[in-house]
Amino acid sequence: MEKEILEHGLSFNRRRFLSTMSLGLGSVALGSLMIPNLLNGGDMDEAGFTPGIPHFAPKAKRVIYLFQNGAPSQMELFDYKPKLREMMGQEIPPSVRGNQRLTGMTANQASFPLAGSFVDFKQYGQAGAWVSDLMPYTAKIVDDLCIIKSMYTEAINHDPALTFLQTGSQQGNRPSMGAWLSYGLGNENKNLPDFTVLLSRGIGNGQGVYSKLWSNGFLDSIHQGVQFSKGEDPVLYIRDPEGMNRKERREMLDNLAELNQLSYEQFGDPEIAAKIKQYEMAYRMQTAVPEVMDLSKESDDIVKLYGPDCLVPGTYAANCLLARKLSENGVRFVQLYHQGWDQHGNLPFEIQSQAKDVDQASAALVTDLKQRGLLDETLVIWGGEFGRTSYSQGKLTKDNYGRDHHPRCFTIWMAGGGIKPGLVYGDTDEVGYNIARNPVHVHDFQATVLHLLGLNHEKLIFKHLGRRYRLTDVSGKVVRDIMS
Amino acid sequence: MTKNAFYISVMVVALIGYLQSCGSSSSTSQEEIPDKVSYNFDIRPILSDKCLACHGPDANKREAGLRLDDPESAFKALKDNPSAHAIIAGEPQRSEVFLRISTKDTNKLMPPPSSNLKLSAREIGLIEKWIKQGAKYEKHWAFVAPQKPAVPEVKNEDWPKNEIDFFVLQKQEQKGFSPNEEADKERLLKRVSLDLVGLPPTLKMMDSFLADKSPNAYEKVVDELLKNPAYGEKMAVYWLDLARYADSHGYQDDGYRTQWPWRDWVIHALNKNMPYDKFVTWQLAGDLLPNRDKSPTYKEQLLATGFNRNHKITEEGGVIPEEYRISYVTDRNDLFGKAFLGVTLECAHCHDHKYDPFSQKEYYQLFAFFNSVNEVGIESVIGGPETYAKKPLMEISNEDVKNILTFINKPDTNRLIVSVMTDLDTMRKTHILRRGVYDAPGEEVQPNTPSFILPFDKKYPKNRLGLAKWLFDRKNPLTARVFVNQMWQEFFGKGIVKTSGDFGMQGELPSHPELLDWLAVDFMEHGWNLKRLVKQFVMSATYRQSAVVTPEKLATDPDNIYLARAPRYHINAEFVRDLVLSSSGLLVPTIGGPSVKPYQPPGLWEGATSGRGLLSMYVQDHGASLYRRGMYTLIKRTVPPPSMSIFDASNRDLCEVKRLKTNTPLQALVMLNDPTVLEASRVLAAKLLQENSGVSDKIQKAFRLVVCRKPTDKEMTILSNFYEKELKKLNKTSAEKLLAVGEYPVPTQIDKVSLAALMKVVNTIYNLEETITKT
Repeated sequence: MEKEILEHGLSFNRRRFLSTMSLGLGSVALGSLMIPNLLNGGDMDEAGFTPGIPHFAPKAKRVIYLFQNGAPSQMELFDYKPKLREMMGQEIPPSVRGNQRLTGMTANQASFPLAGSFVDFKQYGQAGAWVSDLMPYTAKIVDDLCIIKSMYTEAINHDPALTFLQTGSQQGNRPSMGAWLSYGLGNENKNLPDFTVLLSRGIGNGQGVYSKLWSNGFLDSIHQGVQFSKGEDPVLYIRDPEGMNRKERREMLDNLAELNQLSYEQFGDPEIAAKIKQYEMAYRMQTAVPEVMDLSKESDDIVKLYGPDCLVPGTYAANCLLARKLSENGVRFVQLYHQGWDQHGNLPFEIQSQAKDVDQASAALVTDLKQRGLLDETLVIWGGEFGRTSYSQGKLTKDNYGRDHHPRCFTIWMAGGGIKPGLVYGDTDEVGYNIARNPVHVHDFQATVLHLLGLNHEKLIFKHLGRRYRLTDVSGKVVRDIMS
Repeated sequence: MTKNAFYISVMVVALIGYLQSCGSSSSTSQEEIPDKVSYNFDIRPILSDKCLACHGPDANKREAGLRLDDPESAFKALKDNPSAHAIIAGEPQRSEVFLRISTKDTNKLMPPPSSNLKLSAREIGLIEKWIKQGAKYEKHWAFVAPQKPAVPEVKNEDWPKNEIDFFVLQKQEQKGFSPNEEADKERLLKRVSLDLVGLPPTLKMMDSFLADKSPNAYEKVVDELLKNPAYGEKMAVYWLDLARYADSHGYQDDGYRTQWPWRDWVIHALNKNMPYDKFVTWQLAGDLLPNRDKSPTYKEQLLATGFNRNHKITEEGGVIPEEYRISYVTDRNDLFGKAFLGVTLECAHCHDHKYDPFSQKEYYQLFAFFNSVNEVGIESVIGGPETYAKKPLMEISNEDVKNILTFINKPDTNRLIVSVMTDLDTMRKTHILRRGVYDAPGEEVQPNTPSFILPFDKKYPKNRLGLAKWLFDRKNPLTARVFVNQMWQEFFGKGIVKTSGDFGMQGELPSHPELLDWLAVDFMEHGWNLKRLVKQFVMSATYRQSAVVTPEKLATDPDNIYLARAPRYHINAEFVRDLVLSSSGLLVPTIGGPSVKPYQPPGLWEGATSGRGLLSMYVQDHGASLYRRGMYTLIKRTVPPPSMSIFDASNRDLCEVKRLKTNTPLQALVMLNDPTVLEASRVLAAKLLQENSGVSDKIQKAFRLVVCRKPTDKEMTILSNFYEKELKKLNKTSAEKLLAVGEYPVPTQIDKVSLAALMKVVNTIYNLEETITKT
């Protein structure tokens, strides 16, 4: 209750604050120079949403989303199902399977034998969370995590499921979560983009990623995710040509600004003034990006924490370390994708290396944020686009099997800003096929993330072609149980 | 920092943005309530936006059985309280609608606070006055067939050059605006050249236009440009967005497809100035036209139907085929609504439309036209050339190219296949899909069109050909308006109806309704002649104004709704590239053929691929393929060409009828560091250095080629000083490094330092805001 009162007060104050302040100040042109292209959009909506200002006091300022692309098997990582081992090889009971539609890969299978996990689990932390032996580092930090075992989605194929999780719609062309947050909260650091994307891949069966996952959709493209990659051009076209130093670039830009200024004086178009500012921002990015990408100054302790891979550009570990640095520098939303989790077959072999890729660095990121006092204001999310079946895809043998896509339940974890630590939330049935307790739909998850960032998912809207769009489409409930 | 302190700081930072939005929000909220309130212009937008979600066409979501878009329902006694009425004409104080929107009791207030919707005082006042004045309903303007209005009279009779100008000027005079002067000749030439062919004018064109003092000098230029084959390329880009054309299948593996012969046909048809009705009919139903076996153009007609196979097609093993087949049909249906009818049909995919009088049943009736294509949800997983098109497909032989399909630029003798449309012998049954889900069929429906637009004439065949006939029926209220508006948007930056994809209740009202109707009817009366329409646009005085914006005009009409100046905005991504290549002399103007892979930053495809298929690695082309027009750059849907995306190109996932226009730092980085721009700077500099002329002549010429006008003295001073300084500072080593960009050879006998210095100057000119802006 107290929290609601606080939120109400803040939201009231915000309105009053804005209405009094706006009387006294009044340069439209100044605004358009500082925040690009607002002239083309961003009217305050009747729902009281003004781009760049949260609805109420946020719990977190920034998000790091460690996306496990391809859908990791919950039965091998966090959702301990001893019963599955007991029932190894038995057909999944029709009462459990119900009317769940199956993908074309298993729909024609004659048999659906339950497959117990090849890996052992132990309990950790004060909450006694079960974690498999594949995740030894994560096991050590369970008291910082909220493990949600009852996530569910609607899609059964990668492309629509990924797109659904990231944009709230299975079909493309909607803004992704990072773009919504950039739109909703604005920029914390003028020298870096609000929303950055980092890619890596393991050796497991891979599925592609697509730039529509970090699309701005119908929002201004300033909210588009900017991909940071390994190599000499961490951001596209950021490196000046060979033979040009910073001073020379500066001189060129000074001449350019002078010329553009002449044009502005002649035409009076605010877009010209905005363009001059964009070149300045580009110049600052050229300095800021290599600085933040430079991992050479990281201490030995940090390298030890994240593991030696963190010095190999393009690895998941390096991306985790980079994510911390970007986030620390005010990047609102850092989106990682690690490919290779699609274990339709040969699961016991492939998942070991996938888990090894991500376990240490994911845990290190949480630990690192914590030791810097940043975990409170940073929301970290770990998880894939759906779960995997408790029965085997293809032949089940003593030490080998596969698992097909499964939308009805999967496990993710969240940590940091506003999340109740040391909590295991939700439960699945004893064979891990259906949710037994506290289901969390993708839109509930999205609503919760926005809420933690100070945004009401029903009010974070953008009107496009006559319709008001939300990240959560037309549903979604904030999961208050997992909030601190 | 405490939470509150953090919060305040967020607010302060964001305040700038807020002030901005105060400035940009239109003045309508302060505007006075007019003497005579109009249902269409004042009331319907309020009802639609704030009331109809619960009291509108969607029967399943209707509250209290009340419908406010339908007078019969609104005037009837209320279901819950038969002694009361939602609206009693002339008596707001007895009308529940007014009482409920103006009450202070939040339990009774409409819209309910929980909807997050709120009426402003002005909106409440408008509704009150409307009811007082008799609560007269009108049919939504866009659903009434346009009549050709009389051309209005204006005070300043000297200004108009054609009919467009009378409409525009009349509005301006009403609002107290006056038009800008005509743009100077150089800028006008650049503008019209970019608009008609997507390329900057050549020096020769500039010189001859400047020298031509005859009264029809401008018209001569326009006619020349309309004859230039580059016209078809320029106009095709818009169509490719609308038709979501790409060179890959999309989805998971995103394999290669060979749909480019269809793109070549579009260019060809536009250059031939095929009438718009025929152009679209072939694309919708070219396979169904009568006498197809005897028609010499049958193959061309069939190729045109590739239009409706441009959508994404999955190659992801394990999908449920019917789910995807339904999604393809859905894509075509939604495109039909957005592109041709300008309505948001897709809203009725899962439920009755919330704003427009469009039921879910009608959605599936229209869907039925597209539901009999002889296709499957997944035909093959990613593979070799046999997967580059999906059935139904046509094969294009070298013989075809020699005899009939002569416009196809087929470079080799390989098998060439293109996905096209053909229907099953027996029509598939179509059902309403409950909640839009493929495996929840409801009532069976027959092909039909939405009656509120225009009933389907019984004499039309119940197939796609009949649908095309319905679309081009002169009584169809939308087709011509929607297309004319899209073209207006292409030339004036935004449509007369700003929401070019939504003419429905939630769309913006036209800024110049009479002009839109006049243009639409005139277009139909003249045989849907696109070149004629385009010429009307560019010949108008409205189009020819200068783009200077005075502080007064910026303050009173920031969005340039009244067109008292020419619009200024950056040209499309493709044309940015074209301008750079063309002005430097690098452009290879070949038309059509397979898409090409010019320079692209390394690792983009590789980093995002599943590892399967021809497009898993980016194998860059060499030679002429590096210098083709932007529209020929290969579009891999999941990783579209980066410099294009940065300049707001469509990712071609779904039908788009309008691109965003943004202004970002990443665009600055492209112009500064993209090898394409740097190489062009170098090549142009080398060409100039080899000419027998002084330095200032060289700089002036570069400026003219790139910006398309002579530089001012001030500009020349800045650029010449820059050159002199660079010349002193550069040495052979740094110069050689700068020159080592791009594959086009550097002339051997040239002084490297001078070349590098001039290259930097040229690169600066490419980076001018004006260079890539329609000014």
